[in-house]
Amino acid sequence: MIYRETGQFKTTYASDQQLFPILQDRIFVVAFLAFAFGAVPFIATDYLFRAILTPFLILSLAAIGLNILVGYCGQLSLGTGGFMAVGAYAAYNLAIRLPSLNLLVVFVLAGLCSTAVGALFGIPSLRIKGFYLAVTTLAAQFFLDWAFARVGWFTNYSSSGSVSAPPLLFFGHVIEGPVEKYLFVLSIVCVLALAAKNLTRGAIGRSWMAMRDMDVAAEVIGIRPLYAKLTAFAVSSFFVGIAGALWAFIYLGAWEPLAFDVNRSFELLFMVIIGGLGSIVGSFLGAAFIVILPLALNQFPTALGIPISTATISEIELMVFGALIVFFLIAEPRGLARLCAIGKEKLRLWPFPH
Amino acid sequence: MNASRRNLAAFFALLAVGAVMPMLLGQARFPQWLEIVLGGLMSGVLYSLVALGLVLIFKASGVFNFAQGAMVLFAALSLVRLMEKMPFAVALAATLAIMVALAWLVERLVLRPLVNQEGIVLFMATLGVAYFLDGFGQIVWGNDVYTLDVGMPKEPKIILEKTFEGGILVNTEDLIAALIAALLVAALALFFQKTSTGRALRAVADDHQAAQSVGIPLNRIWVIVWSVAGLVALVAGVVWGSKLGVQFSLQQVALKALPVVILGGFTSIPGAIVGGLLIGLGEKLSEVYLGPSFGGGIENWFAYVLALVFLLFRPEGLFGEKHIDRV
Repeated sequence: MIYRETGQFKTTYASDQQLFPILQDRIFVVAFLAFAFGAVPFIATDYLFRAILTPFLILSLAAIGLNILVGYCGQLSLGTGGFMAVGAYAAYNLAIRLPSLNLLVVFVLAGLCSTAVGALFGIPSLRIKGFYLAVTTLAAQFFLDWAFARVGWFTNYSSSGSVSAPPLLFFGHVIEGPVEKYLFVLSIVCVLALAAKNLTRGAIGRSWMAMRDMDVAAEVIGIRPLYAKLTAFAVSSFFVGIAGALWAFIYLGAWEPLAFDVNRSFELLFMVIIGGLGSIVGSFLGAAFIVILPLALNQFPTALGIPISTATISEIELMVFGALIVFFLIAEPRGLARLCAIGKEKLRLWPFPH
Repeated sequence: MNASRRNLAAFFALLAVGAVMPMLLGQARFPQWLEIVLGGLMSGVLYSLVALGLVLIFKASGVFNFAQGAMVLFAALSLVRLMEKMPFAVALAATLAIMVALAWLVERLVLRPLVNQEGIVLFMATLGVAYFLDGFGQIVWGNDVYTLDVGMPKEPKIILEKTFEGGILVNTEDLIAALIAALLVAALALFFQKTSTGRALRAVADDHQAAQSVGIPLNRIWVIVWSVAGLVALVAGVVWGSKLGVQFSLQQVALKALPVVILGGFTSIPGAIVGGLLIGLGEKLSEVYLGPSFGGGIENWFAYVLALVFLLFRPEGLFGEKHIDRV
């Protein structure tokens, strides 16, 4: 009843192609952002910021990056954790070696380092396809894991192999406390998500999707596979690298290479699948799901008063995780984003059946 | 000689030169080198065992089964815990029954609802199965490190004492493992070539629809092939488990089967064997001779990089089917 587009006429091309063509969507998005920026910092608790909101936002960014590669360009990658590590260690080295650099510049440069590494490991995709490619991206993951653990220069010759982020200096102001960190991450994620959305609906995004749907046919109609695939790898790695830097600097504070191992890659892949392949909103939904699920599973037995050891909880978590993935794939292979779209369609007709 | 053949020859020439390089440079004596080569081949056999299960399932159902490693762990865990309560033979039979039940459940609950989905969706589903099995196995069977003792001799043996001074040290356990692997492959080859079920399996691998249209029940074939993969996982679990102990990290070892299958080609059983041997060999030699100059620990990624470089020469793997794209 409220969600109806009757009377909203599109009289210009610009209004036809805008991001949210329906007025109610625009109002909702603006209200949601206003809530996230204006209200959440006042009402949320420290625990909520630390355990849910900040990791959720950062992992959403990484999931967007992976979604560009897997969902839009169709190149299955199992090396995301490695590219996150590149971003994190690049940011670390930039920050300690050039202390006067602005934090934003550090993050962007870290993203660019990750872009370079991602494009390098994307080169085999020109020749290798499908599952063969997925396994070769594991080469990137294991090689990068090894490099950051063994090559002393990356960790500034730290004896334990773990490093900690320097103070987050941002235009002369040190970012500390969960609220400031949350707002900082939120701003970065908003800007980058908007950029991702626009990239994917532009010419370059269409060339990625053409590659995904059928690479030979795309080549025949004049899309250069070299350009399309490598840009997908590069853009995806840029997002993932910045997410890695944020994860290390803002969420972890101190970390070791294990923080970015192959399990992180799988976790991100699950976010993308559960959220929905080829959807920016889906990346957020998937990240929210994967961040909240373990916490909920942890709270559940405690709330019921059943004593369960932490080891058992982590095992149950694995089981539920696995079962849910299979369930989602069977129930809705296109993920939470698709469920949202169906809900929206239903809402347009409500309360009438047709 | 076409270009791809030439590439392949170049790759192997490079590999061979790399393998004998340490000797030419005088870094190693021949017996010592041979010892390392044999050790590499033996561990390669073990990789092949895991890879074999992967190839079987991919051939018959087009599913890239990521859960093979989890199945190896699960089979080994089941066997080791059942052996505490019953004799070995009974426990082995019971574990086999469990693996068949697992195959049936996977077909019923995962594959059948997902029939006709894209390969990537099926792959993700097996990822889910892998996670589920990891959690389930540890809840049911416990999460300690168990020693699996099936009576394999542990002490190393010295052979060829007459030919070389000091002889060559060989692990008897590895020799037995290699023997078991050879027997398993022979048995599988017989099963595939000589029985009517085997013929049906090959027909399904060739073309699902055509097989179905001549009356081969696809669902039953899938249960059979997952059961066979479960059997292979059990054998791999026994061999690996008695070597390293049954524990969660067995899964990480199983990940090594992935470069093996892509090197050998997803659809080829000989490919899995040859790929395993190549990877095992390359890994050991590189660890011993290249490792120190890299700072050690390179066996974690060497296999993957070797497979990656190989795929650049030949994208469909060693014995994989040549893929022709049509619009």
